[in-house]
Parts: sequence; structure tokens; C-alpha cells
Amino acid sequence: MDKIKKFIENAGWPRIIIALFLFVLYCAAPFVNVRVDTSISDTLVRVGMNGVLVLAMVPMVQSGCGLNFGLPLGIIAGLLGAVTSLQIGITGVAGFLIAAAIAIPIAAVLGWAYGLLLNRVKGDEMMIATYVGFSSVAIMCIAWLLLPYTSPTMIWGYGGSGLRTTISVEGFWLKILSQYLYLQIGQFFYVPLGMFVFFGLMVFLVWAFFRTKLGTAMTAVGSNPEFARASGISVDNMRTISVVISTVLGAIGILVYEQSFGFIQLYMGPFYMAFPAVAAILLGGASVNKATMVNVVVGTFLFQGILTMTPSVINSVMQTDMSEVIRIIVSNGMILYALTRKVVVKR
Amino acid sequence: MSNEVPLLRMENIGKEYFGNRVLADVSFTLMPGEILGLVGENGAGKSTLMNILFGMSVIAETGGHEGKIFIDDKEVHFQDPFDALAAGIGMVHQEFSLIPGFTATENILLNRESTKYNPLVEVFGDRLKTLDRVDMRKRAEKAINTLGVELSPDTLISEMPVGHKQFTEIAREIDRSKTRLLVLDEPTAVLAESEATVLISALKKLAAQGIAIIFISHRLHEIIDLCDKLIVLRDGRIIKEVKSSETDVRQIASWMVGRQVTTDVNDAVKKADREIGETILKTEHLWVDMPGETVRDVSLEIKKGEIFGLGGLAGQGKVGISNGVMGLYIAGGKVFVRGKELKLNDPDASLHEGMAFVSEDRRGVGLLLDEGIDWNITFTAMQVQNKFIKQYLGGFVKWRDDEAIKKCTENYIKSLEIRCTGPTQRAIELSGGNQQKVCLAKAFAVAPEILFVSEPTRGIDVGAKKLVLDTLRSFNEKTGTTIIMTSSELEELRAVCDRIAIINEGRVSGILPATEPAEEFGLLMLGHVGEQAAADAQTQKIA
Repeated sequence: MDKIKKFIENAGWPRIIIALFLFVLYCAAPFVNVRVDTSISDTLVRVGMNGVLVLAMVPMVQSGCGLNFGLPLGIIAGLLGAVTSLQIGITGVAGFLIAAAIAIPIAAVLGWAYGLLLNRVKGDEMMIATYVGFSSVAIMCIAWLLLPYTSPTMIWGYGGSGLRTTISVEGFWLKILSQYLYLQIGQFFYVPLGMFVFFGLMVFLVWAFFRTKLGTAMTAVGSNPEFARASGISVDNMRTISVVISTVLGAIGILVYEQSFGFIQLYMGPFYMAFPAVAAILLGGASVNKATMVNVVVGTFLFQGILTMTPSVINSVMQTDMSEVIRIIVSNGMILYALTRKVVVKR
Repeated sequence: MSNEVPLLRMENIGKEYFGNRVLADVSFTLMPGEILGLVGENGAGKSTLMNILFGMSVIAETGGHEGKIFIDDKEVHFQDPFDALAAGIGMVHQEFSLIPGFTATENILLNRESTKYNPLVEVFGDRLKTLDRVDMRKRAEKAINTLGVELSPDTLISEMPVGHKQFTEIAREIDRSKTRLLVLDEPTAVLAESEATVLISALKKLAAQGIAIIFISHRLHEIIDLCDKLIVLRDGRIIKEVKSSETDVRQIASWMVGRQVTTDVNDAVKKADREIGETILKTEHLWVDMPGETVRDVSLEIKKGEIFGLGGLAGQGKVGISNGVMGLYIAGGKVFVRGKELKLNDPDASLHEGMAFVSEDRRGVGLLLDEGIDWNITFTAMQVQNKFIKQYLGGFVKWRDDEAIKKCTENYIKSLEIRCTGPTQRAIELSGGNQQKVCLAKAFAVAPEILFVSEPTRGIDVGAKKLVLDTLRSFNEKTGTTIIMTSSELEELRAVCDRIAIINEGRVSGILPATEPAEEFGLLMLGHVGEQAAADAQTQKIA
């Protein structure tokens, strides 16, 4: 009994309730003609797709900059890398690597500027970050039209200029990570191990970073800036570095997402990308100023599980298409829950 | 007395936190106008007992308490602090519950403001009455005068030194006309001795008016001076209940800690042969802009290997000096370390010169409350001196050496007797005294040449206090570290230091060897030297 109590205390009630709910959904699936193996496979694929984006929350949370609602900024850098690599026209692994090689420096520069901005608004980071995300998306809506890309796979058929809203990566680097080491059991069960290895590598790198001297200093800044300052650490520098890392991870994250999803979504595509990632890490048990790798993995799995299962099971029960509505309710409901929880954390 | 109805009677009070017993079978009575002293080490259960009396929500949230509370011989159940307030119990908390952006007057009268009628009241009700500022100021002044302190009712809380904040908080409880029982949880911990004396005489006046007072303090001579009777708590039980006239400090201290302690520090140890060398730190016209502790013009010379004391009344600037030298507040003037000029306003530069700082603001600056003891102790040494670091790839990757961190932490836990569950226990869960030990360990881990210690014994109990002071002294003896100690408690400074500078109004009013009688220091604190000089100048002019 004590063991169970301890486990509940460690895991936290919200996670246990969501996990049980998810379990119930999996159990209910066969009765409404939803295949369990397909569902689990879908969930896992989504975990791999979204994992790095969720991971992009961690550095900023740890340094006390709050949740990275400005994730679209990193995503935009990733998108620029992706369309440029398509323009160059190199396919396969090389194409993907070029996309990353272009995206990362752009993300670093944008992240640096974003970090300087956040240092001026200490205490209100999340609010400002949200607007940074939104306005950068809006600016890029103009840029996508004006940037001089010419590859026929990407531009509007009429007029002959400006990028389309949705661009397929098929023939370039579709499933470039997923196709390695995948596991296919039967007709419906498919696990992209390659993508998981990549996600695992990213998680390891971030974990390792927070065990270095720099990472330790960053965590201390998030925990008590005054203490860090008294230990001779430049609080502003640490915060800026954390924002740069978060933004770079956002850029890498969207490339992983695209290669599995198969499409690059421009214009309003990145607009709401931050919210599912925020919801996932909070659901994983992170607070506004502390996040661990376990939070990332558990949170991504639970959130994507709910997101996959609720619409399919409930649609089948209700016989109507409610999937989008339910997705919005679930993801925003979780953010709402988690941000009200912030008060308790602060106490 | 015996036929009077006791104002408060607590019977068999007990409390458990998560299976951890903190109070057991506590019973006592309190008559109107009586002053009860409550003493005990940190964690003895004093604050918990008062939280129960005050109906604080933390008690109900953790499963309520055992036993009964009677007021005027009627049993009461306080659901929340408002019930307690309605019953006439006022409490002054250890932590300040004041609004920083409001003036003293507004804080004292918060939610009990004097109001005037205006026509809007007809429509919207009493809540829209206008504040009667004139009357409010009068009431605030009256409350402050009852305390007998000098405090401008118009000062913003955020601009006050801690001592004045404490007075404001007490004034608030005094203004409450219904208050019959006043609970003061370590009101003098943040006060300088002279301020504490003022407070004590004010409390005596209040008691004479029939208000009962429960007074919690670590300063035992205050308890004896002020209280009619006292209760000693240890490990959640009442060890002793005596009339204060029938006991003395030494006896109480031994009841508290359950062993014999010597409260006054042994001079023999101090006189041990130590090498006092050349000047190691010199300040020239140092000024520091620290709110409430402004330093105006301080020139000092501190010798290598000595323990130098900085004393003075609260708010006079003694605390600002160490904060300024360490680069935590904007400072100017010149500071020389080993004859080399120090770059001011840069904590990193100060740390690299081999200086370390134990802040007076333990929770704000001194600790990473949410991290483990291990991080707290080793962090500064790791960041400044690359200790506890393993380097890979030619120094490109600086990996944290958790093994070394754990070992170092365990060493300090053992040598400083830090009471904890292990090196990874979070600092926020430790008691005040143990937190202070962690702060000291943090400074020791840097192996500094010059160590600044600010208010090292503030808010910690007798046993821990002695340990902290002994630790400082033995550290100085063993390593020859120069220690610059700031403290509001003169006795403490005189016991530990070689020389003591008294700071008054941001300036050095005098430097004396610790062996000088206390009165000399007292005169310096009150700025009599300055007045004397001014008077001399005056006479010269006339002549």
C-alpha cells in the first residue's frame, strides 16, 4: 500500500488519471471497431514526430524563461531550411542534413534576438513569447510569398511565384529517419525505430548538456537568479543561451515532424504548433520552472495517446466527426489546467 | 488571580505532519495581561503551535490537530485566521505580510481604514466610502507612538529597513481595537538591540493595558526581561514551565537543547596564537546603494587573518558594505584586494579574487531553495573555480562530477552537523539553522581568502548559533582566512572578532578592539562620537 502511495505521489494524480483514461480508451477501442494495434502504432509514430518539439521546451523552462510559447520562431527557421533544401534539390539523407544545416544557424540567430527580447521582459516571458510566435508567423506569411524560390514543386501553379501552403517532401526526404530500422508486425503495426533513435539521441544530448558546468549554471539561474548572480554568473547570458538552444531544437523538431508527416506546411501552419508541445510537457509533470527528460517522454506519450485515441474512439461511439473539436478541447484544456497549476508550484 | 477566567487555555494539543510528530500533549493557560515566553530550538514546534492557535489553513490541510482550545473558558474551533482575528487574537508573523508599495499608514490600517461619507455610498454601499487620510494618519501615529519608535507613517514599506517593517507589522496589530491576545513570532530576530529594547518596553505597556502576549524569541535575555512566565518546548513537548523570575539564561538554554551549553563564548579559544598579517582588503570612500542599508563613505583597512566585525544599528549601512564589495548592489569608490584595485559591480571579479560571501538574505540570495543541499554547497565552487568538474575533449566538455559533489557534501554534512535526510534533500525543507550551515559550507567550499559573513545567526536557535560561530572561528584558525562578519548582535561580534567597526549613517563611527567594554560600542552606535565632534567644532568656532 505504501509503495502504491509513493508511486502516486511521485507520478502525480493528473498523470495517473490521464494514463488510466488512455488505458480505458485502448480497452474500449476493439468494441467500437477501432484496431488496437493500429492505434498504438499511430500513437508511437506521433510520439516520434512531436518529441523533439516538446524537448524544445526544456532549456527555456530550466533557465527560468518559462514555457516556450515562441516555438513558431524555431519552426520558421526549420521551414526555411526545409524549403531551401528542396530548392537546392538534393534528395535523401544529404537533403535532410542540408535542411538541418541551413535551419540551425537561422534558428540560432533568431533565438539570440528572441533571447535579448525576453531578457527585457523578465517576469512576463510567456506572454511576450506567445506574441513573438504569433507575429513571426504573420511576418513570414508575407515572406513566403516574396522569397525568390523557384522550384516548381513548391511554388503556386498560377503566377509562377510564391510558395504554396502545403509542400510535399516526397521524392526528397520523406520518412528519411523513419525508414531506417522500422518494425512491421502484421499489416497494421508499424514502429519507426529510426525516428526513435534520433529522438533518443536528442534527449540524450539535452540531458548531457544539463550535466555540464554550463547546464548546471543555467538550471541555477532558473531556480534562483539572485543566487546565480552572487556566484558570478551572468543571468542574462544564460537565459539567452537557453533561448537559442530551445529555438534550434524547435527547428530540428519541425524537420523531424515533416519527414514523417510528408508535408511542409507554410503560412499559418506553425501558428498553433507551440500549444500541443506546451500541453505535452506540462502533462508530463513539468512545472513552469522545472522540466526533466522523463517529463518530456511521458508527457509526449500521454498527450499524443489521448490525441490519437479520443477522436477515433469517440467518433465511432457518436457516429459523427468530432475529431477536430475534441483535439482542441483536449490540448487547450490541458494547457489551461497546467497553467492554473502554476500557482500551486509557486507556493 | 486564581478566580479569574483564563483568556486562553490550550489542552493536550498535538499535531502530526505526514506521520512526523511535531507536537504532543501541550497544555497551558494564559491570563489577561500576562506575557508568556515561548522558547525552543528551531523545529521544536513553536510555530506549529501558533499556527494551530491562529487557525492557519496549513493545519487543516494536513489533517487537523489534536486537543482543545478554550477562550474565556469556551471551546473554540478556528476554521481560518479570520475567526481567530474576530476572537481578538492578533499575530505578527516571522515572514512579513506587508504590501511593499503601500505606506506604513496604509499597511497598519489595511481593511480597517477610517472612512468618510460620500454620495456614491447611497448607490453602491459602504465599500465606496472615501478614505479619511487625516484620521488614518492620526491612528497610525497613535499606534506607532504606543510602540515608542521613530517611524514616519508616510514611508513606503519597500523603502524601509527590516526593523521598521517589523514595527509596522506590530503597529497593525496594536491598532486593532479588539485585540486581546498578541502573538509575536520572533519579532526581535531582525531588530538591532536598541530597537529590541524599545519594542520590549512597548510590549510591557501593552500588557499593562490588559493585553495578553505570547512572545517567541531566541534571545533569551529578552524573554527573561519581558515575560511573566515561560514555556520551554523541545521536540514538540513542554519541557518546563517556569516563572521567568525564577530562572536564568543559562538554565533555559540547557532546557532548550537538553544539554549544558555555555552561552557566552570562551575567550581562551580566541586568544590562541594566530598570525595577523599585512593589509589584505582596503576600501576608500566606498559607497553602496543598497535600499534600507545605504553606505555613504566607508574607508577601512582589514588585515590578513583577522576576524573583523561590522556592527551598528539596523538600517545604518553595515550590511551594505559586504554586499557592495561582492558586487551585488551598485557601489562606487575604491576597493583594493592585496593592493590591487577590484572591479566593482561584478560578482564574478570579486569571487575570482578569492572572496566569498554568506548573505544575510538566506532565502533570497543565499540558497537555491528548490535544489538539493549538494548543489547549494558546490555550485559556486564549481562555477568560479572549476571544482567538481571532469573535463573531456580537451576541456570542451565540462562534465559535472556528481561523485565528487556527493563526497564533498557528505563531508560538510558531517563536519557541520547539518541535520538532513541526505545530500540531495532540498534546501527549502531544512530548518533555518541548518540552512545557514549550508550557506557556510557553500562559502567554505570555495576555500576563500576573504570571507564575508552577514548576520550568520539571524533567526537560528542557541545550539546552532554556537555551532555556527565556533565553525567560523575554527575555519579562521585552521586556514588563516580573513573573516569579515556583519552582525546586529554586538555580544556575538565581541565574542568572535578581533576588531569591530561600528557603522552609523553609512559611515564608520569608530573602530575598537573587541576587548573594549560594551558601553563604548553602544556610544558609537548611537552616533555620540559624531555629535561630540560636531559639538567640539561648534565650540571652536565660538572660541
